[in-house]
Amino acid sequence: MKKAISRIYLWVVFAFLYIPIIVLIVNSFNASKSRSVWTGFTFDWYKRLFSNQAIINSLGNTLIVAAIASVLSTLLGTLAAIGIYSMRKVPRSLLINITYLPIMNPEIVTGVSLMLLFVSCKINLGYITLILAHMSFCLSYVILNVLPKLRQMDRHLYEAALDLGCSPRQAFMRVVIPEIMPGIISGFLMSFTYSIDDFVISYFTYGPTSQTLSITIFSMTRRKVSPEVNALSAIIFVVVLVVLLIVNFAGSRDERREKQLERRAIQDIRFTRQLRGASSSTVAAENNSGYIGAKDKDNTNGGEKQ
Amino acid sequence: MNFKATKLTAAPYILWVLIFIIVPMALIAVFAFTTTVKVDSEGNVLSAEEVSVMEEELAEYNEENGTEEELQLDERTIFTLDNIFKVNDYLPVLFKSLWLAAIATAICLVIAYPMSFAISRGNANRQKVMIMLVMLPMWMNFLLRTYAWMTLLEKNGWINKFLSFLSIGPFQMINTQGAVVLGMVYNYLPFMILPLYSIMVKIQDTTLEASADLGANVFQTFSRVILPLSMPGIATGITMVFVPAISTFIISRMLGGGTNLLIGDLIDLQFLGNAYNPNLGAAISLVLMAFILLCMSITNQLDNEDNIEGVLL
Repeated sequence: MKKAISRIYLWVVFAFLYIPIIVLIVNSFNASKSRSVWTGFTFDWYKRLFSNQAIINSLGNTLIVAAIASVLSTLLGTLAAIGIYSMRKVPRSLLINITYLPIMNPEIVTGVSLMLLFVSCKINLGYITLILAHMSFCLSYVILNVLPKLRQMDRHLYEAALDLGCSPRQAFMRVVIPEIMPGIISGFLMSFTYSIDDFVISYFTYGPTSQTLSITIFSMTRRKVSPEVNALSAIIFVVVLVVLLIVNFAGSRDERREKQLERRAIQDIRFTRQLRGASSSTVAAENNSGYIGAKDKDNTNGGEKQ
Repeated sequence: MNFKATKLTAAPYILWVLIFIIVPMALIAVFAFTTTVKVDSEGNVLSAEEVSVMEEELAEYNEENGTEEELQLDERTIFTLDNIFKVNDYLPVLFKSLWLAAIATAICLVIAYPMSFAISRGNANRQKVMIMLVMLPMWMNFLLRTYAWMTLLEKNGWINKFLSFLSIGPFQMINTQGAVVLGMVYNYLPFMILPLYSIMVKIQDTTLEASADLGANVFQTFSRVILPLSMPGIATGITMVFVPAISTFIISRMLGGGTNLLIGDLIDLQFLGNAYNPNLGAAISLVLMAFILLCMSITNQLDNEDNIEGVLL
């Protein structure tokens, strides 16, 4: 009973989240130009979408801006995180608090403040301003992703590398960077997706030649809306779905492989112990306890994954 | 660890922070407290009426002599509190934004809380799929999603069509405050679910069982165990929903029509719209920021720990 209620509740909320998207996708096949009358099935809007130069151009702009902004932010942000980490407490916490600002501030205020900066410095709005503006929030995501990894890192690893004969540079490249790599990657991915998705900050800092997809969609929804927007959103939905499925699937496959390797290793240990156990009965007792221990380990691992 | 060689790597970022975070914020303050005025050749400040009188005189002169001279006056930026006082006129809009954002945040919390709890009690694979389903709409452009609601809520939109099947309605749904709140709830619901989930997944079943074993009923378990443990998630979720909701300017324009302008729309109008006045726009932004800081410091009372990692998931 309790389970049924929670299941129904989940489906109702998911329906709320997905019905508008379903509406968009259904309408993308609607032959009628009106949003609310169904007159027949068509692929026309998809064909028109691909011949719509404005949309194709802005898609290109979006990807270029996102790629440049996130790569530059990842480089600058990783260096900054390492620098911040090795600072003393007061300047460190001050800088971290400032880093939160672009994320915590309402987007419209960030956008307006950057526009004031560019206009006051008489910089023409265009690609450069758009990339700089995107970097202002991407940097925060990179730094806030890398810093926790630095904190988790064993403090003595770097020193150990030096003791073992690495130059500081080698120790840094071979020990520190691999150690914080997961944070760097998630910071990069987060910057890239937020940059693609951003509307408000782009809205205040784009120039006439550097319209991103969000801006183009916005100007389309403001004028008479053409059903090409529906086709576009259907495509975006499918792309996002596929990407998420791949990421999820690849992740769980890695996990399964890891588990398999673990199990095989445990089996190997068991096998060698059994071999040893066959030769003497005292070791057989040990083998037994070892066997139980191995099994326990397997269980706790399984439990953790759940 | 002591990275002697790496102490300087933050230097470019510090420069960045100065140019792209500190200076822009300072510019907002500068614009909010100044205004541009016209001055005559002796440096006296001219009022708007004086300027228009001079323009008329010049126009008459041009007409008489057939010349095309233009009024040439120097401009000067002076300190003023006028912009801040002018924000007074827009206080009703500010309070309306606050009110609608608060309602939307409350609805999000009410919907998301049981949802996150239900998700966090499933097995690992189920949780993964559910969270993916929550995040998926978030990755669609929010303009497109809001536009979809326009299709649904319109006068002869899908919902009214469906209702007319049941011979009810039609209802006026779009261009109402309700539609704006709906748009906020729809767009920002995942921001509430994700931090709540990431906190609740850490509450173990054994804790709940222990509470039941010790004689607590369902409500006591909720109020004495689950609620206090999930407080950091609630605080994060409220901030994540409230801040974008109070400062939105697209949702209100698309779903609220022209009559339900919010504070974000006002700021937009001062900078890129017809009512061009960056000084006033900066003043409104400043007041909005102060408002949000105030609200956030209240929310932070819920939770003293810094839980941004939960936010970033």
